[in-house]
Order: sequence, then C-alpha cells, then structure tokens
Amino acid sequence: MQIALGSLDIARWQFGITTVYHFLFVPLTISLSALTAALQTAWVRTGKDTYLQATKFWGKLFLINIAMGVVTGIVQEFQFGMNWSDYSRFVGDIFGAPLAFEALIAFFFESTFIGLWIFGWDKLPKKIHLACIWMVSIGTILSAYFILAANSWMQHPVGYRYNPVTKRAELTDFWAVLTQNTALAQFFHTLSAAFLTGAAFMIGICAYHLARKRHIAVMRSSLRMALVVAVVAGALVAISGDTLGKVMFKQQPMKMAAAEALWDGQKGAPFSIFAVGNVNKGHNEVAVEVPNLLSFLATDDFTSYVGGINDVNKAEQQKYGPGDYRPNIPVAYWGFRWMIGFGVVSIGVGAAGLWLTRRRFWLAPEHRTGEDEVPHLMLTRGIRINEGLSRWYWRIALLTMVFPLLANSWGWIFTETGRQPWVVYGVLRTRDAVSPGVSAGTVLASLIVFTLLYAVLAVIEVRLLAKYVKAGPPELTDDDRRSPTRIGGDDSDGDHADRPMAFSY
Amino acid sequence: MHLHDVWFVLIAVLWTGYFFLEGFDFGVGILTGLLARDRTERRLLINTIGPVWDGNEVWLLTAGGATFAAFPDWYATLFSGFYIPLLIILVCLIVRGVGFEYRAKRPDERWQRNWEHALFWTSLVPAVLWGVAFANIVHGVKIDATKNYVGGFWDLFNGYALLGGLVTLTLFTFHGAVFVSLKTVGPIRERARAMATRVGLVAAAAAAAFLIWTQVHTGDGWSLLALVVAVAALVAAIGANLAGREGWAFACSGVTIAATVAMLFLSLFPDVMPSTLSGDWSLTVGNASATPYTLRIMTWCAGIATPLVLLYQGWTYWVFRKRIGTQHIAEGAH
Ligand code: HDD
Ligand code: HEM
Ligand code: HEM
Repeated sequence: MQIALGSLDIARWQFGITTVYHFLFVPLTISLSALTAALQTAWVRTGKDTYLQATKFWGKLFLINIAMGVVTGIVQEFQFGMNWSDYSRFVGDIFGAPLAFEALIAFFFESTFIGLWIFGWDKLPKKIHLACIWMVSIGTILSAYFILAANSWMQHPVGYRYNPVTKRAELTDFWAVLTQNTALAQFFHTLSAAFLTGAAFMIGICAYHLARKRHIAVMRSSLRMALVVAVVAGALVAISGDTLGKVMFKQQPMKMAAAEALWDGQKGAPFSIFAVGNVNKGHNEVAVEVPNLLSFLATDDFTSYVGGINDVNKAEQQKYGPGDYRPNIPVAYWGFRWMIGFGVVSIGVGAAGLWLTRRRFWLAPEHRTGEDEVPHLMLTRGIRINEGLSRWYWRIALLTMVFPLLANSWGWIFTETGRQPWVVYGVLRTRDAVSPGVSAGTVLASLIVFTLLYAVLAVIEVRLLAKYVKAGPPELTDDDRRSPTRIGGDDSDGDHADRPMAFSY
Repeated sequence: MHLHDVWFVLIAVLWTGYFFLEGFDFGVGILTGLLARDRTERRLLINTIGPVWDGNEVWLLTAGGATFAAFPDWYATLFSGFYIPLLIILVCLIVRGVGFEYRAKRPDERWQRNWEHALFWTSLVPAVLWGVAFANIVHGVKIDATKNYVGGFWDLFNGYALLGGLVTLTLFTFHGAVFVSLKTVGPIRERARAMATRVGLVAAAAAAAFLIWTQVHTGDGWSLLALVVAVAALVAAIGANLAGREGWAFACSGVTIAATVAMLFLSLFPDVMPSTLSGDWSLTVGNASATPYTLRIMTWCAGIATPLVLLYQGWTYWVFRKRIGTQHIAEGAH
C-alpha cells in the first residue's frame, strides 16, 4: 500500500511537471502562428519590406518555440497509457475519441504545413506559401479545441453512462462532449489567454529593441499590432474567465469555495484580494476583501448564497460516501490569484502602451513621429513622459513577456489540483486511475529523466531565443523578395538550378 | 465483419504508414553517421527529410490515439507494460525533434556535431526498439487476469524480440538509403546505392528468418502470403537498386514494410496482445475494444480525414520533388 501510494504521488508530479512545461510553449505556438500569418498577409498585400522582415523575425522565434511544443506534446500522448492505465481503461471509450480526432485532424495539419512553410519560400508561389502558415494556425486552434473538450469532460463528465458489467464509462453522446458549456467556455478562455501570451511576448521584444533605438521600423509596427491584440485578448480573457467561473460554480462548487478559501457558506460572499495567516485553517484572518463580489462572480447576483468548503465537503460525503473531498486549499487559493494577478498586470501594461504610443488621436502635431522613429510616450496631448520614466516603461514592458506564461501555468494548476481528489469529477478518483502494474521506482526514474531532460532543453531553448531576439530582423536580399511562380520552384533546369535552397530553418 | 475488426485493420494501416514514413527518416538519421563524409553532406541528408519528418511522426501519434479510442485496454496494457522501452523511445523522439530544428541555428561546429551524434543515436535506438516491441506483441507476454503486464523489463529482450529489432533496424536503414539515392545528386547518391545493397542483404536474411519464425509460431495461410510478398518485395528492391531504378527500389522497400506489418497483424488476429500465462487472459479485438458507438464515430472521422491527409502529405512530396545536392547548401550555411 505504501508503495502504491508512492507511485501515485510520483505519477501526479510527473503529469503536472510535463503538462505545465508543455503548456509554456502551447500558447505561444497558438498565437505566434496566427500573428506571423497576419504579418505575412500584410506583406503579400502591400509588398512592404518591413512586413517581410517582421514575418521572418517572428517566424523564426515561432519555429524555435513550436519545436519544443511538438516534442513535449508527444510525451503527453503516451503518458495516459504509461502512468494512468486504469484511467485509460475506464475512460478510453470517451476520452480517446477527441484525442484521436486531434491527431487525425489537427496534428497532421500543423506538422505537414509547417514543413511546407519552412522549406517552401523558394518552392511555392507567394499566396500558396501564405496559405500554409494559415493552415498551421488553424491546426493549432483545432488541436486546442479537441484537447480542451477532453479536459472539460474530466471537469464535468457528460454524454456517457457507467457500465457496471465492464466497469467502464461508455460514450452515449459525442456531440454533448464536444459542445458542453464547460468545453466552450474553457476553449474561449484558453484561446484568449494564448493570444494575450503571444502579444505580451511581442511587446516585450519590441520594447527591448525600441529602448535601444534599434530595428525601429519593424519593431514599431509589430508593437502596435501586439498592443492592440493584448488589450482585445485581455478583455476576452476576463469575460470568458467570468463565464468559466459561473460554470465552475455550478459544476464544481468545491473548487469555487477552495479558490476563495471560503470555509463556511454565506450570503453575499466577499472576494478576498489576499489573505494573511494560514488559509488552510478553518477560518482566515483576511486582510483585503471586496464585499459581495464572490457571490456576483459565482451567480451574477451580489446577495446570493455561496457554499463553503465545509458545507460542500459534507454534501459530497453524503453523495459519494465517507472521505475527504477537499483539494489542496492554499494551492487553489493562491493559484487563482496568481493567474488573475499576473494576467491583469500584462493587460495593464498593454493598455498603457496602447495609450502612450498612440499615433494621432489627441496628439499635438509636433509630437507625432515617423515610421522609423521611436514613438514618444505621450501622457496627454502635449505632455511627454520624460526620458527616465520612458525607460521604465520599456523595462516593465520587457518584463511583461513572462507574466502571461505564469498566469497560464497557475490557471492550469488551479484547474487541475482544484478538482482533486477526482480525476474525473464525481466519477473516478485519482488514486484509482494510476497504473497498478508500474512500480514507484519506474515512475520515479521517468520523472527524473523527464525533469532533467526538460531542464537542459529549457536552457538550450532560452539561449537560442535570446540569440535570435538580439540579432533582430534579418536584412533582406533580392532572393527573399522574389517568390516562385510555379509549385516546386522556378528554373528547374535554367541557370539557377544550383541556387542554394531558401528556408527559414 | 465487426467494427472492431475494421479498427484492427485501420490500426495496422496507421502503423504501416508510420513505419513506411518514419522508417526512411530513421534510416536517413542513421546514415548521417554512416554515409555522410563531412558537414555539408550531413546537412544535405538532413535536408532530404527536413520538410517531412514531423508529418511522418504524427502517424505514430495517430496510431497511439486511435488505439486509445478503439481499443482502450490494448492501449493501457501496452503502454504501461512496455514502460521503459517507451520511455527510451520518447526521450529519443524528443531529442531527435529538437535536433532537426535546432542543429542549424548556430554556426559553430561543435554545436552541430553534438546534434549530429544525437540524431544518429536517437534514430538508431527507436528503430531497434519498435521491432522489439512488435515482436513481443506478436509473440505474447505475461498478462494477468486484470489485463496488466506482469513480466519484467528483461523479459522483453528475448531472442525472438532481438531478431525483430534487427529486422526493423536493417530494414529502415535500407529504406533510408534507397530514399537518399532517390532524393540526391552527386557522389552521395552513388554511395547511398552501394550502402543500400549491403544493408539490404543483411535485412533480407534477418527478415526471412524472423518472418519464418513468426509463421511457424502463430501463422496461417494469409500470413504466409504476406510473408512471401514481403521477402519477394525486398529481393526486388535490392535488384532494382542494383539496376539503378531508384523509384522502383523505393516502392519495393515500401511494399516490404507494408507486408511485414501485415504479416505481424495477420498472425496476431484475433488477439491484439496474447497472454503467455493463460489463453483466457489474452486481449482480443473483442474484449479490448471500445463500444460500437465510439467505433462508429471514429470510423466516420478516419474515413474522411485519412484520404485528405494522404492527399496533402502526398502533395508535400511533390512540392519537394527535386533532387538536392551539396551545391544547394549555401556557403557557410551548414
Ligand atoms: C490549449 C491547447 C493545448 C493543450 C491543453 C494541450 N496541447 Fe498539446 N499541443 C497544442 C495545444 C494543446 C498545440 C498548440 O497544438 C501544439 C503545441 C506545439 C505544437 O506544435 O502544437 C501541441 C502539440 C502536441 C503534440 C505534438 C503534435 C505534433 O507532433 O505536431 C501532442 C502529441 C500533444 N500536443 C498532445 C497533448 C496532450 C495529450 C495534452 C493533454 C494533456 C495536450 N497536448 C495539452
Ligand atoms: C496543458 C494544460 C494542462 C495543465 C497545465 C495541466 C496541469 C496539471 C497539473 C498541475 C496536474 C497535477 C495535479 C495534482 O496532482 O494535484 C494535472 C493532473 C492531471 N491532468 Fe492536467 N493539465 C492540463 C491539461 C490536461 C488535459 C488536457 C488533460 C486531459 C486531457 C489532463 C489530465 C490530467 C490527468 C490525467 C492528471 C493526473 C491526475 C491528477 O493528479 O490530477 N490535464 N494536470
Ligand atoms: C481576468 C480574470 C480571470 C478570471 C475571472 C479567470 C477565471 C478562471 C477560472 C474560473 C478558471 C478555472 C476553470 C475550471 O477549473 O473549470 C480558469 C482557468 C484558467 N485560466 Fe483564467 N481567469 C482570469 C484570467 C486569466 C489569465 C489572465 C490567464 C492567462 C493569461 C488565464 C489562464 C487560465 C488557464 C490557462 C486556465 C486553465 C484552463 C481552463 O480551465 O480554461 N486566466 N480561469
């Protein structure tokens, strides 16, 4: 028993570490593929060099990132069977289908068209080449949808029945699995969070160069695009997060109570900004609270009743039998706050930047700047922010790159740990999901291998990113501007047959 | 015919796709260590598969996902039972994928040399382990009444399985060499052909021995037919390669791979993972499969998506149909 317990904990750590790691790359892949595609579209339509340079620059960073996203994803696909074989047996009928759909529909798209995009610069006509990166982008979004539908089913199982003979969950309504409100809300929330992440990534890098007055034309236009995306995505994240919170309150009341460390139910429950003392004790010495806000977040009504941890625990004991149905409260409480906190800082930096760098609106003509000048940071029509403060803005903007990454990670840690002790809420406990035949030593070995490997790869990846960020956008040659007119490349037997291949590898 | 029989066939098809496609890119990875003489040539070899290796690998993900959905118990028993070999395969696939994408991102020679060593080993090791894994599946392993694998790690490395590993290793290397001779110009093309002949002969001997062993152990009439096709196609591939008919050689080595997978699956059916402890505990297409409803949905999805995938992946090969040579590698860009 002792040993079985050991392997459960190790398997959970392994899943947590590998998944959070995978999800560092995922949101960047989703957003940078679309943003690169947008820039390339601008180039195809206007023919302006700045856009082509921007496409190549962000495209390169995108490729460095997606490589890690792909290889860490493979682990995820195998892991269910390796560490969670009883889970796989129990839910395979339902859970396997979206996973298989993801591979068949989304991964083939992504992986095939990314190859065409990387190597296709001198092999495909302009517009077909552009279509390839859009296909990659569509692939990433489809893949997010299918996997989130699968994850939503674990949060809120629908469209199935339990078969007591085979002791498995069996699918009865696939459409319900794909379109239940949890899946839609999660998809909406995660997708907007992904775009906030990519936008903040761009803002940070643009700020880095603009503060040093380098590569101004490219960075200036990318910065504007990123600021707009950050603000729009930020608003959508908040809206969708609110929806998700309401869905969660209905479906997983324990998670909502844990997110607030609300021990006993109350009417007009407050939202605590932060708590001092131990939130894990039966009551909190809370420092800052917004009255009635939690009730509003959960139900849209400031005075409604919100159940507390103790109440929900009792209710679940009655429903599912004796046991402790409380997740790790401090992790849920702080995870929820880190998610919102880090995200909101980024949105704030984006909104501030959008105002400060505006081009015309409410701006005296003498302060307007040209395409290849660093924009002045303008507080009002005539008041320019001084050098020292401007430098601070660029510094904070650089830092903001990492904030949404942290917000994403905490969002997942909250979502997944807040569901414990269930792996499928109300249906299957995490301890019944682990592989019975795999020893703790084996799982530990794989945990160590993955952690070390991932650490090494992180160092390699960050150094490479830094190298290409510092190098800035490439100078263009005539070969870059010229696109073939025939599929497979022009001049197959002309003088250019021996021309070196062009690719952004 | 039951839907779970259809899915048994479809899973065989997915594995065939995987071994056909990733087979040659494993082969090319191995050849960067055996065939290429300098940095430029190694770069050239890597470029022959650069645009396609990722798409090839998705065949594995699809085979895995489809097994999960169509035969949950098979997926669960296989992946938890063959834990360590799969862990090693995963590590190889991770390092390999990163290697392809990152190798050329720094000009310095030591960086590139390290990735090249990594590419060689991470192509070679999975090429062996897939053979070992499939040999064990076909032969049967210790599965208990709860459908869990109860054997040890070393049980997986018996003589039959090792022979299976040798077959996939040599077959993939041969397939890769033929692919290189088809995709390149210049001296490397000639060397690839010479290498293909040598490796092909070893592969033929190993494959014949392995398949006959399988046939004697669990074969029937149909698997015998697949065996004959596999061996004949391999001999034809070696012949076409000698005659300089590279396209034919590649097609024939592809047929060899397909027929080998077919042979293994035919000798497996109707089991999906036989137990050596008791016949009653074997996983079969019947007792390991998902419900008919799930299978029906999956059939629709596969029926629509697979032809499309074949179409656009095929198109990729057409886009990159031109042969490449060392002259296409830009000065200074390795
Ligand atoms: C919200 C989005 C999302 C989430 C929650 C996950 N992934 Fe992921 N995954 C992606 C979004 C994504 C992506 C954006 O589509 C990636 C990132 C890099 C890439 O190439 O595609 C990807 C890559 C990726 C790959 C490699 C595909 C290839 O070779 O092209 C696999 C096998 C998985 N994922 C599997 C999983 C599994 C089993 C997950 C559940 C634990 C998971 N992912 C969580
Ligand atoms: C990419 C986003 C995801 C992240 C960051 C994430 C994070 C985590 C974390 C931190 C844990 C450990 C929780 C704990 O042990 O207390 C966990 C567990 C788990 N998650 Fe997720 N998860 C993600 C997506 C998914 C998806 C999409 C699935 C299913 C398709 C999934 C299935 C599981 C399973 C099976 C466990 C193990 C049981 C457990 O310990 O909770 N996760 N995840
Ligand atoms: C602005 C206020 C926000 C609110 C009210 C909010 C709300 C929520 C809620 C309630 C969940 C849990 C869903 C569940 O367990 O069923 C969640 C999860 C999550 N959040 Fe947020 N969130 C906010 C901001 C952010 C930001 C800024 C990011 C990232 C940039 C983010 C990323 C995530 C992720 C990745 C998850 C896990 C996936 C999911 O369940 O969709 N959230 N959020």
